[in-house]
Amino acid sequence: MPDATFLDSTELVLNMGPQHPSTHGVLRVILKLDGEKVLGTDCVIGYLHRGVEKIAENRTYVQFNPYVDRMDYVAAVSNGLGYCLAIEKLLNVEAPPRAQVVRVILAELNRIASHLVWLGTHALDIGALTPVFYCFREREAVLNIFEKYCGARLTTHAFRIGGLQYELYDGFEREVKAFCDMFPAKVDEYEELLTRNRIWVGRLVNVGVLNAQDCKRYGVTGPVLRAAGVEWDLRKAQPYSGYEKYDFRIPAGRNGDTYDRYTVRMEEVRQSLCIIRQAVETIPEGPIMAKVPKVIKPPVGEAYVSIEAPKGELGYYVVSDGSTQPYRVRVRPPSFVNLQALDRMVRGGLVADVVAVIGTLDIVLGEVDR
Amino acid sequence: MRNPARVGRALGLSNLLRLIFLVDLFQGLWVTFRNQHPRNICTEQYPAERPKVAERYRGLPRLNRNPETGEPLCIGCNLCALACPENLIVMTSERNEQTKRKEMVTFTFDTSRCMFCGLCEEVCPSDALELTQNFEMATYTREGQVLTRKMCEEGIEAKRYKC
Repeated sequence: MPDATFLDSTELVLNMGPQHPSTHGVLRVILKLDGEKVLGTDCVIGYLHRGVEKIAENRTYVQFNPYVDRMDYVAAVSNGLGYCLAIEKLLNVEAPPRAQVVRVILAELNRIASHLVWLGTHALDIGALTPVFYCFREREAVLNIFEKYCGARLTTHAFRIGGLQYELYDGFEREVKAFCDMFPAKVDEYEELLTRNRIWVGRLVNVGVLNAQDCKRYGVTGPVLRAAGVEWDLRKAQPYSGYEKYDFRIPAGRNGDTYDRYTVRMEEVRQSLCIIRQAVETIPEGPIMAKVPKVIKPPVGEAYVSIEAPKGELGYYVVSDGSTQPYRVRVRPPSFVNLQALDRMVRGGLVADVVAVIGTLDIVLGEVDR
Repeated sequence: MRNPARVGRALGLSNLLRLIFLVDLFQGLWVTFRNQHPRNICTEQYPAERPKVAERYRGLPRLNRNPETGEPLCIGCNLCALACPENLIVMTSERNEQTKRKEMVTFTFDTSRCMFCGLCEEVCPSDALELTQNFEMATYTREGQVLTRKMCEEGIEAKRYKC
């Protein structure tokens, strides 16, 4: 018997990240490999931990509002919406109708912006370099609307507890409508680049399959769940901010593979446009701020509000002890929960599929680590 | 394993023809070709052309003066310092015995940890503190990020390099 050589060892432990370009931030994945085959993964998170939930305990309710934008920074508006809705539930106030419609428009615009970032970076991971430039070009139009509305492009701080701080600027409706007219052709362009491209299809079909049962077991939400065929969208299931007034469809996939998640998100972008078109026609006149005291002191109690963020169910659980500062704020981030399914999705696949699956989960590490 | 049969969900004759004639490839190339048109160039040549940011842009803070009399608008109420989530504003004020009004004496604004949330601006009762459209505030030192009263009142001008 000859001595064991390196050829005999089959397992290789490989670190992917935290500086790997396709882990979308600072995610470290420890891969156990047998050649190209993935035997198992282990995620190391926390590189971007800032203790946002703890910070909340030392800030007033108003002061904590800008911090929530920094969790999921590609969808800051949705984060702000969830937080404001949670505090409004604690205070038992409701934003005026005008504020609610504007909130829906901005949140849906933000969903489009978030999906554009996802599409661009996901395609970049797979090896398609072109879409990212086109996606960011169109995202710029959305960010310009944000900048004109609230003065910031990324960490918007657009909503306040009880409504809105800023009145709409002149030409808001016109610009949003212009975007709605311009954008569908651009989505078609992305689809032309990718949908039937043989490399794209070959890299995505039957990769990272997560069926409906597994999705429910892991608590996965958002487009990942819908791609598995479950038509679950909180905008329909438990409407908030007046979503019940709009007519839209929940796109769903069949196989729960990476390609289905791609088609579901592309359809979601179109449905968001459909919501924006309806909302922008029906912006009512009236106040934009409900009657909220200057110093916010919610009564003792707790509230949980979850909304459909671009990445899935985003929940805010706020406990009040009757003072000006929250006793506890717990965030249920969709990225964190969706990331847990990574191991299930890539086990038995190839190393290159890990990149595709991380991209398709659409995680933002700022939200995973908080 | 990857085999051609997996490419495309349903492999019919048309798909086979698409495969042979590289239709999807030329489709993608046609999209990129269309976007070659000079009309579609959207790169900003940043230091050469400076972007015009929105009117409501939240940038460098400024302390306003009354345009007619030139007196500071600040009434020394300290609300901005209390509103700031990061406690970046430190100000002292004292009562002016002649006018019987509170006046600001010292004012520092530490922009190094500022997230430009705009809460200080919103809370100001006399519109004295305002976030301006100036976004070029990089400095070589940490101390340079701490704005004094003079810097807030007069504004800081970014150094223009030749480009």
